[in-house]
Amino acid sequence: MYTQQTSLPIQASVTSASRLVQIGLAAFLGLFVLGIAGFSHIEAIHNASHDVRHSLAFPCH
Amino acid sequence: MAIFRSIVFIATLAGLMAGLAMTAMQFAGTVPLILKAETFENAELPHEHAAVPNAGAPHSHDEDEWAPADGFERSAYTALANVVTAIGFALLLVAAAELRGGMTGWRQGVVWGLAGFAVFTLAPGLGLPPELPAMPAAELDQRQIWWVATALATGLGLALLVFKRSAPLAILGLALIVAPHLIGAPKPDSFESPIPTALAHDFGVMVSVISFVFWVVLGGTAGFIRSRVQQIA
Repeated sequence: MYTQQTSLPIQASVTSASRLVQIGLAAFLGLFVLGIAGFSHIEAIHNASHDVRHSLAFPCH
Repeated sequence: MAIFRSIVFIATLAGLMAGLAMTAMQFAGTVPLILKAETFENAELPHEHAAVPNAGAPHSHDEDEWAPADGFERSAYTALANVVTAIGFALLLVAAAELRGGMTGWRQGVVWGLAGFAVFTLAPGLGLPPELPAMPAAELDQRQIWWVATALATGLGLALLVFKRSAPLAILGLALIVAPHLIGAPKPDSFESPIPTALAHDFGVMVSVISFVFWVVLGGTAGFIRSRVQQIA
């Protein structure tokens, strides 16, 4: 009983830290994908996503 | 990595749906206007997107650079870019919602989508309105920096306003939302444009409306899928 009581809060804090890391990773992946599709200066990528950039009002040209 | 996997799963499905819906709306709404603007652009200066000589860095579309051929190829790349972009936005939206415990259903997803619309369409669009090819604009780097900074400040500001129960933080949030517009978006040296004002106006309206629908679909779909996924702790 005693060990269960002390280990619970520790386990909870570890899970919440890991939760934050995983959420942060997902957000970072999102930024990475958006950077390529919407903000890349590489001409070929720009040309491929040209109409999308204009239609989403991303800065273009 | 169960939470990461779930977020990626939800965002990919929602992004696919919203990206395809966006593609259909663009083909009906914005792409015809872009093609129309390109006829003015080509009439003014053949194959040169910086039609105004002093509009920042000249950015020409060289013939030797790869570009999708008009027609099916160009449309296919538009669809692909829409889905990729939508997945990117969905990853940010679902991740932000997870910080608050996650979307509980499609209705809450729609509310998150409205926030996404405010952060990524409304706020940057106030200073940098939707722009057609050949319209005058400041240097690309400057505009990208202002766009990203404005989206960031608006997102933080909204979070402070909505989630913190504190008057000083609410005021700080309000200030963060207003600040980018007091600083002002980078402006072109000249506003002279080969594009008719009516065409630019129609484009601005169309972009705002389809973006609004896009964010509602993205948030709503993500919320719906999230409520069906049990793995998230």
